[in-house]
Amino acid sequence: MAELGESGGGHHGKKRGGVRAKKMSTRIDMTPMVDLGFLLVTFFILTTTMAKPKAMQVVMPDTKIKDSTQMSKIRESEAMTIILDKNDRIIYYDSIQNPKMESTNFAKIRKIVIDKNNDVLGLQQANGWDQKGVIILIKPTDSSKYENLVNILDEMKIAQIKSYAIVGVSPEEIAMLPK
Amino acid sequence: MPKTSISIDMTPMVDMAFLLVTFFILTTQFRPDEPVIITPPTSTSLSTPPDHGKVVITIAPDGRIFFDLDNQIFRKTLIDKMGENYGITFTEDERNAFALSSSMGMPMSMLKGYLALPPDERKKVPQPGVPVDTTLNLSNELGVWLNNARVAGNNPVILIKGDSKSNYPAVKNVFKTLEDRKVLKFGLITGDEAAPSADQLK
Repeated sequence: MAELGESGGGHHGKKRGGVRAKKMSTRIDMTPMVDLGFLLVTFFILTTTMAKPKAMQVVMPDTKIKDSTQMSKIRESEAMTIILDKNDRIIYYDSIQNPKMESTNFAKIRKIVIDKNNDVLGLQQANGWDQKGVIILIKPTDSSKYENLVNILDEMKIAQIKSYAIVGVSPEEIAMLPK
Repeated sequence: MPKTSISIDMTPMVDMAFLLVTFFILTTQFRPDEPVIITPPTSTSLSTPPDHGKVVITIAPDGRIFFDLDNQIFRKTLIDKMGENYGITFTEDERNAFALSSSMGMPMSMLKGYLALPPDERKKVPQPGVPVDTTLNLSNELGVWLNNARVAGNNPVILIKGDSKSNYPAVKNVFKTLEDRKVLKFGLITGDEAAPSADQLK
């Protein structure tokens, strides 16, 4: 106890200011603070959700337009219909007058859409029409899932299809669906 | 040989730890209590919905619909407007309870009784979902919620949060309700999915 002895016997007149305060160490034990700090870090790392949800923009066709001059007319050869059926099945056809329905799935639809778009672009160039590409009508049936719709909309984006619309499926089309 | 000190200087480590704590405290967002767990389908879409000023319409796998407007002040205006439409007067406690809650799937006829319950009992009540049909009447409660939320929420962004396994008819009713009220642009909330590379598209 050298310090105690020194402060105890320190009244020699040489030292000014009488009783001198005991010199404290400027170092503090930071261990509890560090413990708490890392506990909080761990807690926030585990609770935080970094992945923010994404949103896909959808624009629906305006079905309230009654004035036929405002409706855009399309040629039959520029259109394609995609029907979303049950069990992730996709039915597609080109001609509206004489529909030849073909069955496919989500793994193959991308190529079909891209090929069709290229065909239509070629046709539009050959005839000097607007280069707007294929116009796709997406018709989800009541037995399809929401996932099917989102996936097909995503395919439209991947294939860079400019014009597509979600429309209702007609009873005639349902009757014609291949078994 | 001089005796080396076994205590090390922890200051930089503490600095870093507290920097991380501060970062996580500021960036963290607690997930609001949701009445139903939704697994949204994935897409390659990259746009993120805004953090504030949005309406989220949730479609559960069983077809129940939940409605959410995200701001407490807006929610108070919303519940007042809903009360006017359906002739229900809400007490201050019920208004506060509504403002503090999130996604709601109660029909208007049951809403007052539900909000009067204490918070922990409210969680136990099964929510039947917001009634929705394809009319413009008061029977299409989702439509009325939507109309009022657009006014109360100062033109919010409208988002649909559907579960992958939701059946299309439920989605169709929501789409129709939106379309009838001239909401033709909206967002579908999706999870992340890697975009296909250029080679895969050939």
